Amino acid sequence: MSESKATNGSAWPAVDLSIEFCGIKAPNPFWLASAPPTNSEYQIRRAFEAGWGGAVWKTLAHEPIVNVSSRYGAVDYDGRKVMGLNNIELITDRTLDVNLREIANIKRDFPNHALFVSLMVDSKRDVWHNIVKQAEDAGADGLELNFGCPHGMSERGMGAAVGQVPEYTKMIVEWVKEVARTPVMVKLTPNVTDVAAVGRAAKEGGADAISLINTINSIVGVDLDTFTPKPQVAGLGSHGGYCGPAVKPIALNMVSQIANDEGIRLPISGIGGIQAWQDAVEFMLLGSSSVQVCTAVMHYGFRIVEQLISGMSNWMREKNFHATTDFVGKSASRIRSWGDLDLNYKVVAQIDEQKCINCGLCYIACEDGCHQSIRIEPVPEQEFIARHPDHDQRVFESGCKSFVHGAGAGYVNSFTINQDTCVGCNMCSLVCPVRDCITMQPIPTGKESMSWKQYQDLLAEGKVAPIQPPTHA
Amino acid sequence: MSDPNSRLSIEQIDRNFAEIHPPLTPDEALTESARCLYCFDAPCVRSCPTAIDIPGFIRHIMHRNPVGAAKTILDANIFGGSCARICPTEVLCEGACVDNTMLKQPVQIGRLQRFACDTAEPVSSSFYKAGESTGKRVAIIGAGPCGLTCAHELRKRGHAVSVFESREVAGGLNSLGIARYKLTTEFALSEVARVSEIGIDLHLEHAVDGAELAGMLADYDAVLLAVGLGKTASLNVPGENLDGVWESLDFIFQTHTLPLNQCKIGQNVLVIGGGNTAMDAANAAKMLGAQRVTIAYRRDAESMPAFKHEYELTQKEGIQFAWNAAPASIVERNGKAAGVLFEKTRSVGEGRRGKLEVVEGESFTLEADMVIKALGQDVLLDFLQSVPGLKLDDKGRIAVQPETHATSVAKLFAGGDCQAGAGEEVVIAVQSGKQSAAGIHALLQG
Ligand SMILES: Cc1cc2nc3c(=O)[nH]c(=O)nc-3n(C[C@H](O)[C@H](O)[C@H](O)COP(=O)(O)OP(=O)(O)OC[C@H]3O[C@@H](n4cnc5c(N)ncnc54)[C@H](O)[C@@H]3O)c2cc1C
Ligand SMILES: Cc1cc2nc3c(=O)[nH]c(=O)nc-3n(C[C@H](O)[C@H](O)[C@H](O)COP(=O)(O)O)c2cc1C
Ligand code: SF4
Ligand code: SF4
Ligand code: SF4
Repeated sequence: MSESKATNGSAWPAVDLSIEFCGIKAPNPFWLASAPPTNSEYQIRRAFEAGWGGAVWKTLAHEPIVNVSSRYGAVDYDGRKVMGLNNIELITDRTLDVNLREIANIKRDFPNHALFVSLMVDSKRDVWHNIVKQAEDAGADGLELNFGCPHGMSERGMGAAVGQVPEYTKMIVEWVKEVARTPVMVKLTPNVTDVAAVGRAAKEGGADAISLINTINSIVGVDLDTFTPKPQVAGLGSHGGYCGPAVKPIALNMVSQIANDEGIRLPISGIGGIQAWQDAVEFMLLGSSSVQVCTAVMHYGFRIVEQLISGMSNWMREKNFHATTDFVGKSASRIRSWGDLDLNYKVVAQIDEQKCINCGLCYIACEDGCHQSIRIEPVPEQEFIARHPDHDQRVFESGCKSFVHGAGAGYVNSFTINQDTCVGCNMCSLVCPVRDCITMQPIPTGKESMSWKQYQDLLAEGKVAPIQPPTHA
Repeated sequence: MSDPNSRLSIEQIDRNFAEIHPPLTPDEALTESARCLYCFDAPCVRSCPTAIDIPGFIRHIMHRNPVGAAKTILDANIFGGSCARICPTEVLCEGACVDNTMLKQPVQIGRLQRFACDTAEPVSSSFYKAGESTGKRVAIIGAGPCGLTCAHELRKRGHAVSVFESREVAGGLNSLGIARYKLTTEFALSEVARVSEIGIDLHLEHAVDGAELAGMLADYDAVLLAVGLGKTASLNVPGENLDGVWESLDFIFQTHTLPLNQCKIGQNVLVIGGGNTAMDAANAAKMLGAQRVTIAYRRDAESMPAFKHEYELTQKEGIQFAWNAAPASIVERNGKAAGVLFEKTRSVGEGRRGKLEVVEGESFTLEADMVIKALGQDVLLDFLQSVPGLKLDDKGRIAVQPETHATSVAKLFAGGDCQAGAGEEVVIAVQSGKQSAAGIHALLQG
């Protein structure tokens, strides 16, 4: 993960995080996603005071829905909590009147923040017309159409039931655009095979922007004592929507698919698993001009925006970016089909023995899971220290005897890469616990760049010999 | 010597003796377990004399399977509960841990081990059953960690085992000699009971002598000597038998056999020696309420055989040190010890191997109303020499074949502290018991 580094001396240039999204201005790109943190005036007031640049009001309907209890489940990973969150909650459980009054209050007190209002109603033209007018009359800067909720609402013909069918998506966007005076953003569900097809339908219907992703269909777990699914409601469960850090890679892929689709070309608000500033920057590099956050706020509260703002600002200073437009979309065009990648490019792993703590994780990963390209050599501990004078801090004395951290039974395992057989898969560098200890080094192959597509053509023309399989142990 | 009840309240003494490595809560254990990297060919495992699969048991804890963790530990070391509390982990597993290099702090392996064993306590005695009877019978002399481990291993393999122990409790030094602030007597005895549940025919207060041993060698299919070591070595100075001069083992034993507020303690205590036992005795003296405790060692600080972490503990307790102080005689007043006259020494040559010389004209006296001798234990030479044909090394320890632990006498095996080349830790005695059992089993299968 990238770090924002201390830039030296006088280099503390001002950076401008403010954005304009479909003509709507916001002090920064960090918005709250339509979800429990945006349920009420009280919460959004606290959020804007904490520093959030915008919010999408919790999805409105004409009548408040009824929720079940309990509602959330989480995936923990080896000691860290809530790597992923799942919910079976529905849209707003408050009356339309109360919501509209509170929207007006927020817009009155925070005229310079972006306030979208999320909507989801029965698939009837006049019903949509009605809610659009009410939301705009209350002061919404823009509308977000929730075609994503994967549970509960979809069974009633709303949410994902709309977002999974491009024709329905297009139809409802058209209805909305018939009356809307403010920008219309369509929130896409990830529970489809081709998200770009739905994005194109939204565009054809007249959408002004796309936001994605909503939550992913999921069952978060089963209680091993009661045999009930999690979360449980009187002993039963239901599939729910998955979000949080675990879903980020899925969301990034979908954002890039929308960003790179010639037929769409709309502003994107990126959502899904954002918790650190690096996540937000990645979404923006792939084409989002604003980002939305839900789970991280549900986990830690609104205060996390301070780390998001500071981290992104310092990274921008370091990279010499003055405004977010300097980098939005910068990496999108680098996402290509596999067949465009250069088959003659080669990297190999390299271990920095000064940094290595001799844990053996790289070795066993390569040996059992990859390409048997790491050598293990037991080195007698005294010889090891002699070989690596920098490691003398590992030697300690106790009771007139000398010991070495990382040694056992008199030896230290030393690990080196067999660069002749290493295929450059990265795995060892991913598992190594020491930062920058295993690096992947590009090595010159002396060959011209050749993609798989080119390779197929050249093979057919008889101009290249078939590439030989790698040598294995 | 003062009235034992004069100074500290029992509550204060109990607080002083609170375990130095207290148990982890489940949340602490989960967090700590997540720090372990799950190393391959892990240095910690290679540094454990019993080769416990440390990354394996820690991963069990992390995945909320403390019973699986305890089984992993006890399979390798049936005294895993004690070892978790008393092993010098700083120079064993934790000293080897790679996190010392990365984070300047090892994974707390000992405390995680304790967590697993404690949590699984209600079920762990049912992990092991005696094997199907082989009809073979083995006698074991000494119910310390070595003898009991060997007994447990042999029972698993179906051999009948009788253990003979001269003391009134089993467990050897593990029950009586370990510093009370590391291991409670209650825990040590409960662990012995758990180990014995596999069906060991235990004879307490039954000292075996040379003649009886000869009979056993005829009666049994094999015999193991696991008698440990004997009394604290003597100072060989005048006045050693005066009232007020204690030997360290007796001093420490009382913390396990008497209520703590009834243990004998002086106001001004002088401990003679520089090993781990000296540190243990000095700390215990301070915790029992002595006002001033001094350790006198005949060499300098660098040459002291006590582990660094043991020395550091004495610094927390406020123990004083007199270096280069060799005892010459015990000072007597009113028929009781009143201090020790020391000669000042100087070392010629390197470290502990250097030759000690007396610095003439610089002798000095340290006052004390209690003097504790802590010079290390003598071997049980009289007993061992009464066994015909038993070969000893030059230090009087029993010579064995390293793979089988067979001695020079047919059918006679030896392990633990009494065996040549053994170390002086419970975990080493346990490993020695395992190896002896394997050697005996091989003979019985023969
Ligand atoms: C003061 C002190 C503190 C220590 N602290 C630690 C510590 O913190 N950590 C650690 O790991 N180790 C420590 N040790 C070392 C550890 O206690 C020993 O290494 C270990 O107990 C050796 O086990 P063993 O079974 O060989 O002998 P022992 O534990 O000595 O057991 C031998 C048994 O044999 C019995 N016996 C002897 N002769 C006969 C006979 N003729 N007939 C019948 N029974 C007999 C004895 O009564 C005794 O119960 C300490 C030792 C001492 C002295
Ligand atoms: C409890 C809960 C309720 C949600 N309710 C809504 C909703 O009413 N409307 C909506 O568009 N999205 C809703 N979402 C989806 C979020 O807005 C967001 O798209 C998703 O959680 C991914 O972002 P994250 O990984 O930052 O949480 C909800 C999410 C959660 C966890
Ligand atoms: S990059 Fe892959 S193949 Fe190469 S050494 Fe690392 S794990 Fe093995
Ligand atoms: S994973 Fe990293 S630290 Fe561990 S042995 Fe390999 S190179 Fe060394
Ligand atoms: S050395 Fe440390 S990190 Fe590695 S397996 Fe052992 S306890 Fe875990």
